[in-house]
Amino acid sequence: MTEAFARVPELLAAHVLLAFAALALGLAIALPLAVVSARRPAVARVTLGIASLVQTIPALALLALFYPLLLSLSALLGGAIPALGFLPALLALTLYALLPILRNGVTGLVGLDPAVIEAADGVGMTPWQKLRLVEAPLVAPVLMAGIRTAAVWTIGAATLSTTVGAASLGDLIFAGLQTQNWNLVLAGCIASAALAMAVDMLLASAEHGLRARRPWRAWASLALLGAALLVSVAPKLSPGADVVTVGAKGFSEQYILARLIGNRLETAGYRVRYREGLGSAVAFDALANGDIDVYVDYSGTLWTNQMQRTDVPPRAAIVAGVRDWARETRGVRTLGTLGFENAYAFAMREADAEKLEVRTLSDLSRVAPNLAFGTDVEFLERPEWRAVRDAYGLRFASQTPYHPTFMYRALASGRADVIPAFSSDGRIAADRLRVLADPKGAIPGYDALLLLAPARADDARFSAALAPLIGRIPVEAMREANYRVDRDAGKQSPAAAARWLAARIGLSEAAPAR
Amino acid sequence: MPEQSGPALAFDGVTKRYPGGVVAVDDVSLAIAGGSFVALVGTSGSGKSTLLKTVNRLIDPDAGRITIAGADVAAEPAPHLRRRIGYVFQNTGLFAHMTVGENIAIGLRLAGAAPAERRARVDELLALVELPGEVANRLPDALSGGQRQRVGVARALATRPRLMLMDEPFGALDPVTRASLGEAIRGLHDRLALTTVMVTHDMAEAMLLADRVLVMAQGRIVADATPAALMRGEAGAEAEALAAVPREQAHRLARLERA
Repeated sequence: MTEAFARVPELLAAHVLLAFAALALGLAIALPLAVVSARRPAVARVTLGIASLVQTIPALALLALFYPLLLSLSALLGGAIPALGFLPALLALTLYALLPILRNGVTGLVGLDPAVIEAADGVGMTPWQKLRLVEAPLVAPVLMAGIRTAAVWTIGAATLSTTVGAASLGDLIFAGLQTQNWNLVLAGCIASAALAMAVDMLLASAEHGLRARRPWRAWASLALLGAALLVSVAPKLSPGADVVTVGAKGFSEQYILARLIGNRLETAGYRVRYREGLGSAVAFDALANGDIDVYVDYSGTLWTNQMQRTDVPPRAAIVAGVRDWARETRGVRTLGTLGFENAYAFAMREADAEKLEVRTLSDLSRVAPNLAFGTDVEFLERPEWRAVRDAYGLRFASQTPYHPTFMYRALASGRADVIPAFSSDGRIAADRLRVLADPKGAIPGYDALLLLAPARADDARFSAALAPLIGRIPVEAMREANYRVDRDAGKQSPAAAARWLAARIGLSEAAPAR
Repeated sequence: MPEQSGPALAFDGVTKRYPGGVVAVDDVSLAIAGGSFVALVGTSGSGKSTLLKTVNRLIDPDAGRITIAGADVAAEPAPHLRRRIGYVFQNTGLFAHMTVGENIAIGLRLAGAAPAERRARVDELLALVELPGEVANRLPDALSGGQRQRVGVARALATRPRLMLMDEPFGALDPVTRASLGEAIRGLHDRLALTTVMVTHDMAEAMLLADRVLVMAQGRIVADATPAALMRGEAGAEAEALAAVPREQAHRLARLERA
């Protein structure tokens, strides 16, 4: 549990920064809108309508939508806008914060006693004086209630910004969910809930101060919030060592490799941050845009998804093709292959495969209409699946996406009969699965590639720190490391598995543990 | 004490129509002498409040013009105009988030007066409306209805306006409070030599306080008389309809006294 909480301070700071920035931007937009809306009912119908509509979009979808939106906007403006990381998260959360502030502001203003407004006009206040001296103080308590709601929502929804590559306490929750490390999930939940409650209490205290005409109390609460923000920003302002961001997609192998890479970079004197749980589609762009400095991807993934290729040449040709394409189009450097492949491997329970006499994907197409297909969340949308499906004419009785970890559980429990497993996964052997052959060669090679961001491409010290990993990790070692994280009994953290892996491949002094 | 009387007030062809075709004020032309206390009497919907509010431009007329001491009220920004006119109305409209003192001093604050000056003026005004000085630190909610209305009057007088507009100022008060506040206001009018226009639906109150009573019906001035003329029934049919009741009541009360 201590290890789970070790990353909380760093992520908490990022979380505070993101949520506060979204709240501040939300206030900056919602307050003038509320004033205008309160004066004109027609405007109120439009603004409140839009804000309510935004609220009905699930936060996760709202975050995801900002990625393509910013990507196309960025393309229009010549690539000046980062489509990943802080910006999309900030914008989505800001939209989320609008409704409660706007609604309470409008309700409060419209509900003011008309006599008070007449009096304000009667004593000769200008519209601005009326707003500042009369309307704002009288609406403040109602408005503050809206701001509190917005703050709690924003802090909660900020955990989802992990998926668009913005660091937050959600990193812990997503990583914990992927690796079934419930301590991590708990750490993320407890920290974000505590943050939400603390901010809510401070705002409540400010609200109380306003109601009770004790301005010092309101200011003290706001000062504490400001201090929290300062503490969060401080590390970003201090000119420390060169900070490197290591990226990882959302499964165990990626978490382990990120730690392995990070440990080497720390040894080389870099300060290392992790950006974990990135979506497959998002990770490569994050690297090309410099949001992350280094991560591991797989040749086939880039070949089919980024390069949109449908042909399947030999493994070496794919690696070479990806390397040239990445360098030429995006300036991304492929340092090399790590030495193992993590291909899609269609797998069945050994006993079933034996009974149904299935050894290859061709055999599978014969019995597939009676079988349930369980996949990870993105497989059914990937071009590799379309290629395999069309090459073999696969048609299943049902298709259900799971989180990668739960996909194996579904197979073991009989809820799924076939899964697209990963060839470097330790559970293939441990769960006694049969991997089906691909006689038509429909599935491309998936060599693990160590990729460097354009800014690091020519950084000799950086590549020197990582070069020893090239060609060094055999698939057996990767499987064993993955299994240490994925197994149910004696589960290890990705960091521990990374230390084990480093020792196993002879890159650390420590003896292989356990 | 006062060196000269309040400004004269004139309406020239003032008309106000509301959406839907209702004519609230119908081509009213009228001159009010400086220093007079005029009561504007009429039933609900007669247009008397609307006419009053065209003076401090809480309502802008569709036609006609209003002058104060010869100057068109539309010639300057409305907030500036209003700072020179005292305005008291039925619901008082005290600012609930400000103390009584802050309420009274709001006009001075808008004019940029220093805090010390404001405090001195608040004490002076509280004495003027016969309230104890310690209410300055209380919130309006802690006062009675009559006290709140006195605070409203003090707030209206803070910037030393020479023209007072009062819209049903005693509407929500009990008869005893009404009477004492009415006397207080008439006393202030005389001592400060103001020009006062008071809207009321209570003819007895109008006759007791004002120098001149105007009766409005359907947006027009239908009678214009002194209280004495009204008492004698010489002000025409519309005025007589309103004046007959209080006069008859006065006679009956007088008979009770003699009995």
